[in-house]
This record gives sequence, structure tokens and C-alpha cells, in this order.
Amino acid sequence: MGSRSAVIVGIGRTAYRRGSGRTTLGMATEACRAALDDAGMPVSEVDGIVCFSTGDSVIPILVGYALGLDGLAYPLEIKGGGNYASIVVAQAVAAVEAGMCETALVYRSLNSLSGHRYGRVDGALVAEGHIQYGAPHGYLVPGQWFAMMARRHMHDYGSTYEDLGHVAIQTRAHAANNPHAILRTPITMDDYLDSRWIYDPFRIYDCALEADGAAAVLVTTAERARDLKQPAVRMLGHAAWLGAGGLPDQWPDMSALYSANVGPRLWDMTGLTPGDMDLACLYDCFTYTTLATLEDYGFCGKGEAGRFFADGRATYGGDVVVNPHGGLLSEAYIHGMNHHFEAVLQLRGQAGERQVKDAALCLVSAGTGPYGGALVYGRD
Amino acid sequence: MDTSVAPPLPVANPLTEFFWEGTRAHKLLILRCQSCGHFVHYPRPVCERCLSEDLAPEEVSGNATLYSYTITMKPWHPFWVDKVPYVLASVELPEQPDLKMLTNIVECEHDALEIGMPVEVTFRQVAAELTLPFFKPVGS
Ligand SMILES: [Zn+2]
Repeated sequence: MGSRSAVIVGIGRTAYRRGSGRTTLGMATEACRAALDDAGMPVSEVDGIVCFSTGDSVIPILVGYALGLDGLAYPLEIKGGGNYASIVVAQAVAAVEAGMCETALVYRSLNSLSGHRYGRVDGALVAEGHIQYGAPHGYLVPGQWFAMMARRHMHDYGSTYEDLGHVAIQTRAHAANNPHAILRTPITMDDYLDSRWIYDPFRIYDCALEADGAAAVLVTTAERARDLKQPAVRMLGHAAWLGAGGLPDQWPDMSALYSANVGPRLWDMTGLTPGDMDLACLYDCFTYTTLATLEDYGFCGKGEAGRFFADGRATYGGDVVVNPHGGLLSEAYIHGMNHHFEAVLQLRGQAGERQVKDAALCLVSAGTGPYGGALVYGRD
Repeated sequence: MDTSVAPPLPVANPLTEFFWEGTRAHKLLILRCQSCGHFVHYPRPVCERCLSEDLAPEEVSGNATLYSYTITMKPWHPFWVDKVPYVLASVELPEQPDLKMLTNIVECEHDALEIGMPVEVTFRQVAAELTLPFFKPVGS
């Protein structure tokens, strides 16, 4: 084992659409090839591929095979949801640094609208294992869990529907500057409050924008990165926490998310603070996830995130630009991999109209409820 | 409207069958460690506190307080088409701190829902082989 370090050298993605008409293999190979082109690296150098999926996507060896590779030294598919969107990148960095592979692609490819939808129950649902204590009562989709967490947060900290609305409004305003985002029409508080209920306290504008697409990042050694096309971006630290064993109400404090555990460890590990972050790509499967993680990561106190958004502290000219791309709420639900694309683009100074000035450090979070992780990216 | 449709049915296993037998008899049974007295819910094979495997179901009071809830407006499964909006909840049992279970709150106006309110168990048969433990406001 040497002491070599790994960096992010390329990013790629497909178009994000409401209905792709494509296979997850087709989208994964496009995003991976785009990441290789971005870096100026031939596919023949790839010997690792990492992804996460809930069983709804193509596995790494098939992507490698489709790209003309004879085999992979480090293929890894992690079974899980957006809570693994930072772990997969950390895993690729660790594998390259440990010498288990030289160059690794990390992708997430899914038809979250036209294929398996997390916000829907497909056919008969078998209530096995611990699920039998939820599904028979009508606990059927993840949003119901997080709605219940949001309700507890409202009780404990006085947060309001309007606080959630401020997150939706600001995130959409950011998406207006992003040609890749699906929803770009600004919304007002009246629009938000008039939008239809899904599961109180969540309305439709509180929920991620289910969509089809893929995003990928390319990881290799810092030494190899010197000869590539793009400035490298470095992962400065990663922390994760997956708690509560399946039923989210088994988490002792439902007003806090995984981030209450991850935040302090991430800052301790990196020696950085929330105040050092120029932008934050916060996993936002629901507005509440943005709100609660912003608090847990220490950008503001508990119960203050709504006001933080309302006062313009989460946008350009404020404390930290949160989800300049429009996040999962307005850009697309690419399960958090699109946050990594945006973070790297911003740190390379290539985000065009929505560029965060002098962006040098970015927090990227992944997951919600008791499950998730986060990392900090910095310019190398 | 198809009223014959059942909700997703629990697939009882050796760890959980006592619970569903209990609800059919209108008893709320929670697994309890026979070594240290710790309650374990949902049922697991080992006591999380002392790691004993000597666990047995015990009937609990059926009292609880509302820990949190959400009102589902959209039916995600045919069974709930004529039942929305319905209240999903986590209730905390007084037998032990943080001993929570998922349920539905019934016989309560939505405006009257309040975290911390006292509730009590009430059993309802929802399918041939399935009786669920719901909770309602105390005294309702
Ligand atoms: Zn015990």
C-alpha cells in the first residue's frame, strides 16, 4: 500500500427527462463516456466501476463490458438508495488510494419516473420482515416516513409549512439559471401553499422531481490527473451513518436526521466548518431534508433553517449557496449523483450563469432520515 | 370501488407470529427480554441491551402517547382508495423510554391531533386473517 492520493478528474451525465425511453445501461454508458471525454482519458484505463442501486439499474460489470473492457479489477454495486450517493464516491477514492484499482467510474443510472418509482407501490406488496409493522398500516412510500419526521421537527422547533415553502421557492429560483434542470419556472409562496397535498406536512412542491437519467464521476490518481484536461477536485473527507434498522421511527430523535451524527464527524475529520463552505449540494428528496440537514450540519441552529432561506442566506450573496443547480426538487431526481456533478463543475469554475464566485469548498450530502453520508470537495 | 381488497398482509415468521396472534385476540404483545426486562420492538432475535436470546411476548397496557404523525392524502395501494385521508403515526409506549410502534390514529378529527396526546389501543379486523392495533384518543 502506497500513500498515493486519488482525485476527481471527470464528470458526465445524460439529459434529465420526464421519461427517457432508454435503458439504464444506455444512460450509464453515456454518462460514463461523457466523464471520460471530460477528463480526456481513454476508456481502456478504467479498471474500477462503482454504483449504487435499489435493484433498479444495470450493474458495473455490464457497463464495463458495454464500454469494451475485458474485465474490472474493482466492480462494486451497493444496494441502497440516495443515502449511498456519497459512499460510492468515497469507496472509489478509497479503492484507488489503496491500489485496488487505478481509475474508477462512479455512476447512478435510473428511470425514477418511467421505471421503478419510489413514490409509488408497484403491484402487490409483500409485508415481510420488519416491513410487516408498517405496510399493513399504510406505510408504503418513503415520503410518509419523512413527513412524520418533519411533523416532529415542527413540534420540537416550531418550524412551519412556510419554512418548507422557502426551501422550495429558493431551490426553484436557482433552477431557473440551469438549462439542464427540468423545472425552471419560479414559484411564489402562494403557489407553494396552493399546491396539492401528498402527505401532510408535504405538498407536491416538497417532493423530489422524479425523472430519468444518469450521472457519473471519474476518479484516478493525483499523479495521473496532472496530464488530464480538467483541474482536479479532491475529496477532503467523508462520513456516513446508517441507523435505525429499517423502521424510521426506531431512530430515537425523529426531529434529527443522520446528519446530526455525520455533521460533527465530518467537520472534525476535515478541520473545516460550515462557514468555510462556498456552496452546499444538499440531498433534497424533500424540502424538509434540506431544512433539517442545513441545521444538523451547523449552518444555523435548530428551527432556524426556514428563516435562513427566507433571509437570502442560502443563495448568492448569502452565507452559502445551497443547491445552485436546483437539486432533486427542480433539476431532477438522479438520486444525488447530480449533486456531485454540480459540485465538481462549480469548483472548476465552469458553472456559467450560476457560477458561485471563487467557489473553493463544497459540502455534498446524501440521504435522509436515519440514513446518509456527506463529503467535502475542494479544489486540488 | 372494490371493498374486497386487502391491505398488504404481514408475512408472519417465527419471530413475529405471536404479535399477529395477539392482535387477533385483541391483545397488544411486545417482545420482552427475560434476563433484563428490556422491551424489544419490532421483534428481533436478541435483546439489544444485554444480548440475551431469552425473549418472550408480554402483554402491555395498550396506553401510549402520540410521538409524530402524517396525514396521507393519496392512496398508494387499492386498499386505501376509500380510506384517504388517513393518519399514520408513531406512538410511544409508557412501558419504556423510546419504545415506539407504527400505527394509525383513528376516531380523532385531524384538527385535534396533537403530539404528546394520550392514546389507547383499539383493535380492528381489516382482513380475514388480519387484525391491526390502531390507537384512538383516550376516552373517545
Ligand atoms: Zn436483555
